[in-house]
Order: sequence, then structure tokens, then C-alpha cells
Amino acid sequence: MIANTKQQAVLLAIDENKHLEGALLPILHRIQHDLGHIPSEHVIDIAEALNLSRAEVHGVITFYHSFKTEPRGKHVIEVCRAESCQAKGGRAIEAAVKAKLEIDFDQTTDDGEITLEPVYCLGNCACSPAVKIDSQLYGRVTEESVSDLIDSLKAEQH
Amino acid sequence: MTIKVFVPQDSSAISVGADQVAAKIRAKLQTINGIELIRNGSRGLFWLEPMVEVETAEGRVAYGPVTASDVDSLLEQGLLDGAQTHTLSLGLTEEIEFLKKQQRLTFKRAGIIDPTNLDDYKAHGGYKGLERAITMSAQECVDEVKASGLRGRGGAAFPTGIKWQTVLDTPGEKKYIVCNADEGDSGTYADRLQMEADPFGLIEGMTIAAIAVGADKGYIYLREEYPHAHQRLNEAIEKAFDANLLGDDVLGSGHNFDLEVRLGAKSYICGEETALLESLEGKRGEVRAKPPLPAIEGLFGKPTVVNNVLSLSTISIIFEQGAEAYASFGMGRSLGTMPFQLAGNLKRCGLVELAFGVTLNQLLNDFGGGSASDKPLRAVQCGGPLGTYLPESQWDIEMDYEALAGISGVLGHGGVVAFDTTVDMSEQARFSMEFCAEESCGKCTPCRIGATRGVETIDKVRANTDREANLILLTSLCNTMESGSLCAMGGMTPYPVKSALEHFNEDFFLPTVEETSTAEGSLPTAEGSQTIEISIDSIKKAGTSS
Repeated sequence: MIANTKQQAVLLAIDENKHLEGALLPILHRIQHDLGHIPSEHVIDIAEALNLSRAEVHGVITFYHSFKTEPRGKHVIEVCRAESCQAKGGRAIEAAVKAKLEIDFDQTTDDGEITLEPVYCLGNCACSPAVKIDSQLYGRVTEESVSDLIDSLKAEQH
Repeated sequence: MTIKVFVPQDSSAISVGADQVAAKIRAKLQTINGIELIRNGSRGLFWLEPMVEVETAEGRVAYGPVTASDVDSLLEQGLLDGAQTHTLSLGLTEEIEFLKKQQRLTFKRAGIIDPTNLDDYKAHGGYKGLERAITMSAQECVDEVKASGLRGRGGAAFPTGIKWQTVLDTPGEKKYIVCNADEGDSGTYADRLQMEADPFGLIEGMTIAAIAVGADKGYIYLREEYPHAHQRLNEAIEKAFDANLLGDDVLGSGHNFDLEVRLGAKSYICGEETALLESLEGKRGEVRAKPPLPAIEGLFGKPTVVNNVLSLSTISIIFEQGAEAYASFGMGRSLGTMPFQLAGNLKRCGLVELAFGVTLNQLLNDFGGGSASDKPLRAVQCGGPLGTYLPESQWDIEMDYEALAGISGVLGHGGVVAFDTTVDMSEQARFSMEFCAEESCGKCTPCRIGATRGVETIDKVRANTDREANLILLTSLCNTMESGSLCAMGGMTPYPVKSALEHFNEDFFLPTVEETSTAEGSLPTAEGSQTIEISIDSIKKAGTSS
């Protein structure tokens, strides 16, 4: 079954996972993956399927950094803020990316293209500093190399 | 004869271009018969990644760090024959000093085998441990773990055998084995490396645990930030099911063991075992009060073994080589080997597996090669974001659980993050509180409120607002968090803060931004009544000269 609507995507995620022990996180992951966020109007569908209250499902969605209640940009840039990257100039990378995109963490550029997020350790500490752009991890980055990567994202859209 | 060329498919190697190197080599070799390109895991020599290896009659030879643009010249200069004339030649891999000086047990297969090739795993000692375990009684299995002296490698260092004994002794139809693969500590990557390089090692260890305590279901709770490990584990699990190494009647032993991977959702606190269990149950990752212990009432209220990736992977080795062989490494109550992970500002960052007792200085200098920048090292954080910052005067410490605890330090999961003299320790202390505020589960007040107040108080100190009173307040707040928090998150966040205050005190007396413009001047001391004539440079240097 291919989901054509948000409703279908949510029902598909529920259907495929509700038999699991502790099914809520797998369901939320699937919806987040397929739709890029968990639509608030469908929280009730999840709650009913798992015999939970809407408050319980909402509580879980808002507890975890992975689950978003609003859609994000087409691309997501994650900059590592943790200690190993700090020791290798991570704070300067953070500042440079913010300045270049003219947004702060957890914001999206006006054109809806790029969302910037902080991340606390990507497990790439031996190749710090690290950033992740969509599903691709980059190590030993510099202000220049990150700037180039952002430019290539922007070039893609035109 | 087939020539084998190895290009790691490790996340870190990929992050610095290993996929491009592999693609280039593959394209080049398409026309040559008898060449096999293997995507191995990493050996853990990360400063050399992407590190390409070629099998020769003398052993594997290495080249690194290789970029895609080096591939042509490497091939021209005889890469396939293992020629060592290229500037990127590193000689025989096993002879590289950083690797040669290690004692690899848990990581003995890392980077050597094709990670999801079951035959390769078995050819390197794999599944010998499980074959032995199924001939033993449950109690004999638990006794073997006790005899090995293995303590939890996740950070808490609780004796693994005792934990297993509790689960074995707790009656129950249903029991679980849960692997904590939520490796959130900054500066640590050993779990990731292990799962990507040798996933069967973890699967075998979990299967042995299941047989030992009578569990029939296992979960690997994996952090979402590790997609490559996820893929590798799922491939290996599928192959293990196909080979009757998982599932019903494992190897004809009569034991059933079902195993699956579950993804976390970016929450540091879910690395705490009870929060992890809540998360696995589909709830908010809030810490549970203990008792009851998870070994008695764990996942869905059932007796549960919760062990770290490294602990469970080491189980395979202990059962293959025997508890005595494992316990012959190490010192005091810290037996076996510890995979230390060098990170931050070091020339050579990578995984160093050694018996407990190596000094921090040896790790930083002999292995790490000292500072990667042109400035000397100043502070080292051991044991993740909740670990203390150690000044140079403490770098002769022997790395074992008790020795570090003796100086209020933390060995934790084995992360070592080095900073040079550009570090501002008041900023690091602030970050520790900020991180706690960001990641606190919110269940207990000292952690939930304390961390936020901690950030505010450090900000006041840094802004020179009522500095003395705020430093006293900060110390008091740290003590409250330490003694009043429900788990290590709030209970240990004060460690880095207090160590920064104790050992790098001068950073908390820096002038504010406006004052910085006149770098030479008189600064108030802690007492406030006296002033000291000092320049900013000399304040920063003071931390390294002790």
C-alpha cells in the first residue's frame, strides 16, 4: 500500500507496527520518516490504536528531539555542539553556519530550504569537528568546507 | 589468486571520503580480473582514515589517509602488489606503532573481517564462545562471567556476572536481554565502531547472555544517530537467523532467542538504563527510581539484563578464550582490557584497547601524539560529558576505575577528550550545565531546575555580577544536584563544573568583554578585596604550568 495522504501514511505506520511490544516509538519513527513530522491532527489516531490518551502520545512526541510537530526545511543541517568538536573549533563552525544561513538553531531559512539543528555527538569524535547534512555525515570540516557544502545545497535547488 | 583490497565502510571513514575512494577503486578495477574490494570496518586508526589496505603474502599493508584523487597514483605505484613507495604508504598494518602497542581482545576482529560475512567471523574465532556456552549449565555460564572480572563497560562498572546472577535467580517465564547501544557520551565511539566492524560479536554475546539467564527475547536499543550500525546489525541478525544462530532451538541447544534492533530518538538520558527501558516500552524516557533493579523488574516488569555493547561483545571473547585468559589482563579490581577512545585536539585520534593501568599521559602522548594544534594541551575530559576535567598535574593517573574515582574522576565509557590552551573552562562549565538542562528527563527537581539555575549562575560569574556570592551559590547548587538527583545525569553534571572551578579557577575570573579590550589591567581575585596585576595571556598559561 502506498500512502497518498497524511492520513494514509499515519494509518500505514500504525498498521505495520502496532503488533510490536512498545509500538509507539517505531510508529512515530515511521511517520517522522515518511512525513517529516508528526501531524498533530493525527495524534488521536495513534492514541486510539494503542489504547493511550492523546496526552500520553503528545508527551512522548515532545520528549524526544527526533520527533517534530512541524515540517522542517527540505534539507537539515546538524552541527555537533559536544565537547570533542568544541575542542577542534566547533563553536566557530556553529557561528559561521548561523551567520551564513542567517538563522539560529531550530529555525528554517525563509525559503523553506534549510533547517539548522544542534546535535550532541554524532559519534565522529575522532574526526572532529563534525556536521551532518541530511543523511550524510562529514568529518574534519572547516568553516570553508561547510560553507561550500551549503552552497552546493543551494545550487541544487536552482 | 584473488587480491583483496579493503576500504572501510565505517561512519567516520565515510565522513572523510571513504565511499568516494571505494567508488574510484571499483571503477578502476572493473577491467582487472581477480581483484576483490571488501568494505571492512575501521581498525580504529581514525587519523589515517580513509585507510586502504591490500592483502600481501607478508600480511596486509596500509595506505592513508587516502582521497579519491590519490587512487590513480596509488595504483600506478603498485598498490595491488603492496608496493611501499607512495607517500601515503604506511607499511604493514599490524606494524603501525599505534596498533602494535595495543592489546586487542574485544576489538580483535575490528577492521580485519568483512563485518557481515559470517564465514569470515567464524574464521576469526566467532561463535566458538556460543558453542561452548551451550554445553554449560546456566550457573556455569554465569560463573564464567564472574570469574572473568568483567565490569559494565557502559560506564557504571557494575560487575556483569553479579547482574546476570540476579536475573538467573529471579523466577520468571519471560526474561529479556537488552543491549544499551545509546552511546551518547561525547568523545566516545567504541560502540559504534564495534557494531559497524563486528556486529556478530555483539549478537553472539547477547545469545550467550540469553542462554545464561534463561531469556528468549533481546533488544538492541540503538541511538538513531548511528544509521550505518543499524544497517549492519540488521544484516547480521538476518544472517544469524538463517544460520540457526538466532531463533528457535539455537544450534540445536533447545534454547530460543529472538533479537531485534530498536531505534532511540535523540535523547541522551535514554542511555541511563531505566530511562532506556521506559523508552523501549514506548514511553517518555524518564528515569525510574531504583529499587526495583532492572534485573528483577526490568523491561515490561520482567527480569532483564541491561548491558552495554562492549560488555556483551566482550562476553563472546570471554567464552571463546576462557575467563582466566581475560582476567589475566588489568589491575586490581579492573580486570581485562578497556577500549579507550581518543578524541578532541590530539594528533592521532583513535581507539586504543589496552589492559587497565595505562597512564593518561601515555594515552595522550604515546598514542595520541600530543596536541594537534600549535598550542599545548591544557585540559582533558575523561568519561564523557559528565566526567571531570583533569589538569596536567593529574595526567600521570593510571586509568582504572578505582584510581580515577580516587581523584574524583570518571573512567566511564572510556572517552578521552583533549583541549588545548584556547579552551575557556568557564565556558566548558557553562556548557555542562546547559547540556544537562537540554537533556534532563525532568523527573527530579535538582536536575531539572538545578541545571537551568546552574547556567544562569555561571553566566553571572562570567559577567562579573556579584561574582563571589554567585561562586558560593554555584558550589552549593552543585552539591545539591550531586546528592539529590535521581540518576547520574543530575548527580554527575557537577563533576565537570566543580573540576573546572577547582583546577582552572583562573578562567572564572576573566574580565567581561568590555574589560577585554584593555587586556592589561587589574582583576579582582576571589576575595574581591585584593587585585592582581596580570595579563590575559598569562592567566590562560597559568593553567598549563602547574
